[in-house]
Amino acid sequence: MTANLVVVGNGMVGQRFVEALRSRDTSGGWRVTVLAEEGRPAYDRVRLSAFFDGVSARELSLHTPDDGVDLRLGEPVVRVDRERRLAVTDHGEYPYDALVLATGSYPFVPPVDGTDLRGVFVYRTLDDLEAIREHARGRHTGAVIGGGLLGLEAANALRLLGLSTHVVEFAPRLMPVQVDEAGGSMLRRYVEELDVKVHTGTATTAIRPHGAPGGEAGTVHGLVLSDGSWIQADVVVIAAGIRPRDDVARDAGLDVGERGGILVDAACRTSDERVWAIGECAAVEGRCYGLVAPGYAMAEVVADRLLGGHATFPGADMSTKLKLLGVDVASFGDAHGTTEGCLDVTFTDPATRVYAKLVLSDDATTLLGGVLVGDASAYPTLRASVGGPLPGPPLALLAPESGGAGTGAGIAALPGSAQVCSCNAVTKDQIVGAIHEGCADVPALKACTRAGTSCGSCVPMLKQLLAVSGVRLSKALCEHFDHSRQEIFEIIRVRGIRTFSQLVTEHGRGRGCDICKPAVASILASLGNGYVLDGEQAALQDTNDHFLANIQRDGTYSVVPRIPGGEITPDKLIVIGEVARDFNLYTKITGGQRIDLFGARVEQLPQIWRRLVDAGFESGHAYGKALRTVKSCVGSTWCRYGVQDSVGLAVALELRYRGLRAPHKIKSAVSGCARECAEARSKDFGVIATDNGWNLYVGGNGGFRPRHADLFASDLSTEELVRYVDRFLMFYIRTADRLQRTAAWIEAMDGGLDHLRAVIVDDSLGLCAELDAAIARHVDSYEDEWRATVDDPERVRRFTSFVNAPDTPDPSITFEVERGQPVPALGERRPVVLGLPTMGARQ
Amino acid sequence: MTDTLTERWEVICPQELVEPERGVAALVAGSQVAIFRTYDGGLFAIDNRDPIAGANVMSRGIVGSRGDAPTVASPLHKEVYDLRTGECLDVAGVAVRTFPVRVRDGMVEVGAR
Ligand SMILES: Cc1cc2nc3c(=O)[nH]c(=O)nc-3n(C[C@H](O)[C@H](O)[C@H](O)COP(=O)(O)OP(=O)(O)OC[C@H]3O[C@@H](n4cnc5c(N)ncnc54)[C@H](O)[C@@H]3O)c2cc1C
Ligand code: SF4
Repeated sequence: MTANLVVVGNGMVGQRFVEALRSRDTSGGWRVTVLAEEGRPAYDRVRLSAFFDGVSARELSLHTPDDGVDLRLGEPVVRVDRERRLAVTDHGEYPYDALVLATGSYPFVPPVDGTDLRGVFVYRTLDDLEAIREHARGRHTGAVIGGGLLGLEAANALRLLGLSTHVVEFAPRLMPVQVDEAGGSMLRRYVEELDVKVHTGTATTAIRPHGAPGGEAGTVHGLVLSDGSWIQADVVVIAAGIRPRDDVARDAGLDVGERGGILVDAACRTSDERVWAIGECAAVEGRCYGLVAPGYAMAEVVADRLLGGHATFPGADMSTKLKLLGVDVASFGDAHGTTEGCLDVTFTDPATRVYAKLVLSDDATTLLGGVLVGDASAYPTLRASVGGPLPGPPLALLAPESGGAGTGAGIAALPGSAQVCSCNAVTKDQIVGAIHEGCADVPALKACTRAGTSCGSCVPMLKQLLAVSGVRLSKALCEHFDHSRQEIFEIIRVRGIRTFSQLVTEHGRGRGCDICKPAVASILASLGNGYVLDGEQAALQDTNDHFLANIQRDGTYSVVPRIPGGEITPDKLIVIGEVARDFNLYTKITGGQRIDLFGARVEQLPQIWRRLVDAGFESGHAYGKALRTVKSCVGSTWCRYGVQDSVGLAVALELRYRGLRAPHKIKSAVSGCARECAEARSKDFGVIATDNGWNLYVGGNGGFRPRHADLFASDLSTEELVRYVDRFLMFYIRTADRLQRTAAWIEAMDGGLDHLRAVIVDDSLGLCAELDAAIARHVDSYEDEWRATVDDPERVRRFTSFVNAPDTPDPSITFEVERGQPVPALGERRPVVLGLPTMGARQ
Repeated sequence: MTDTLTERWEVICPQELVEPERGVAALVAGSQVAIFRTYDGGLFAIDNRDPIAGANVMSRGIVGSRGDAPTVASPLHKEVYDLRTGECLDVAGVAVRTFPVRVRDGMVEVGAR
């Protein structure tokens, strides 16, 4: 037996319904008639605007010919006779056993004067669009009433038709339904950039025709707005919302929803069991849906029911993602944060003009919804996560291009110009820069960049950035090795590797870089590989290590002779003075109690050092990731408070560890009593004298990230002290990451200071013998690099300005005089000094 | 290299003075040129001036590789340059000039265009 099915409306949902039924009704139980108001078969209304981009009506068509359906185009149903089960058109009556209403919506036209004028349109059908195009020909101005989703689509259409376009929106922002205030203003900037003039918070009070005579009577001329202003418009599009088309159902006595729409239950059945309603015209349990996806779901439900199934409407996700005027806009879930106690996380980047908001549950664990403007690449993941646990840290999810989310990769994709901290206008670039300079945690970043110091909302993002950079710093050293520095250290040590080439061939790839080469050079040096510039090792060294001096901004170098403990004889001071004078070097006393000589050209370095070495100086290793200085106060020798000989100990320690290559520089100090004049607690290891011996402190730091060293052990004898420092340094050298100072190393250590104590004092890892032996090897094999260099003509040969003109100084290096000393003549490159004091200092 | 386009070659130094994975600076017709030898023996010559810092230091950078590209890193701020093209791989739009370079009779020669 075949039953009659009549479908009213051949829109997107009606069409989907017919297809669903046809494909499943294999026994041909239903004879299908479709009665359609529009003169053309179903088309993709969602892509309607593509029509103005040149997509043809045919390309938009959803119709499948020969689907065995009796499709009656241009034949709207005017009445339904439920008693006789007839759908009535102007052409005939169609009996039904089941009637499916899929009549969609009609555009709401606000009750103002002039909506019937020529040149005033709605934006719903292909016919509307064709009429708009026709009318716009030869005209210049246009206006859209309504700044919602549809209105902006229409505005873009008018633009594409070459009209200078206005958008008038009654709400205080564009797309009020989808986005919040901040998203709306971001969107407004995009839209205005396209030369569309936006009027928000304004109603249209009337649409006015051309005043006859002269103008075209009965044709629109412009809009009067509620603020009294006048917008000239030759074309007006009304996009002020939609209303469900429930008129036929209403007239047939079917129940309708409170706010309109044909009332249906979860099976999409109306108050008449033979009549169903689907799509925008249906109010499922009282609620209408203005999107196509819920309509499709309803179509499937009714197709299933008509074939004996029991499907129900699952409820709908009102998420939307669209590209409006080239701008990605997406909203999903509870985009407006209507859930009780919910929290917002927002992100705004004015540079790339991305706005994003997440709405989270009150305990910040569940994603409820959100808004994305400018970049909606995270939309799929986010939408998928609504109602569930957050797939990652909120800000990482919001970051552009985090489509793959959940990994925190999003933050990596953020443009460098993105403002991470908007309170203090700190960009991602600035934060990443600070991390590269050594900021290793949030407090350091706060101190250094001020990010996160006001409202604190960017702190999660700072952590993300740290994590992302940390991965690179600590795990794989660089693209040439998958190992961390510690792992590479072990490989070299255990396998007895002697050259970088062997290491990279066997355990890495490529030919290395400025990250791995110096790190490997340092490891080889720590393991006692002799003179750092011999053989292949030379090519691994950073320029500082290569020329055994510190490169400066103009390409010259500075020279720092070692002055152990800061103690120096007058004769040696005089030598330094003479050398500086003879080579025209700028001199400055350093914080580490020595003297820095600046402005030496490459080819001068061996000459300078010849003089220094002959006077008994050694390299100060200011250029190396190595022990720098052991600073001291005068201690008990002179100071009336001193309880131990701090200078003597400092000299001994500095001589013991001089030249020891490490993951980063190492600084130390010794104070002669608890008054701590040497600032030992700001050092990697610091010693403070007590009445009974020495207190050892470890993990201190100065610089941009000050940290007081922690007390490691008290009242040590000199012998104990030295043993602990030996092990501390060697353990650090073995296990720290590249460029990780001792402070960060201890903080990152599992078990922290207690673990460190166990390793060093109690030998919990059974390592102490090895560590002791390694230091002993270092002490025994130490030789001064500069003496070894100047004594060997082959080595001196490297210090030439030009390989083809060894005696010609670099002509680009020039000096000027400042406060009686030479300084680089940088010309325009000199940094601008703001308000440098011209204080009346008496000379 | 682009031998055919080069009119004049300037003899710089014996080839062993350019050690593997190191650079040397040379004065060529008043310009400073940095000459490098890569591990596989390739010779490259670029402008010795670090275009970002403005100092003539490129010859003192660390030679290595990034992906397939032979590279040198500026010793001042570590921006990495492709030795073949002079292009800066870290800062878009920045590049150093490259020069033709070859070995003739055991001597390194740089083309002065
Ligand atoms: C410009 C534009 C952009 C859109 N963009 C999106 C988007 O990005 N995402 C999204 O989800 N949705 C979008 N929509 C909404 C989407 O198009 C609708 O949700 C979808 O078309 C609804 O399908 P429907 O079948 O219920 O209604 P319609 O597609 O409107 O179909 C109803 C059909 O029924 C006909 N009809 C009405 N009354 C009768 C009658 N008495 N007799 C016979 N026929 C009748 C109508 O003429 C119409 O052809 C957009 C809409 C427009 C206009
Ligand atoms: S730390 Fe103590 S011993 Fe050293 S200078 Fe200060 S007061 Fe004197």
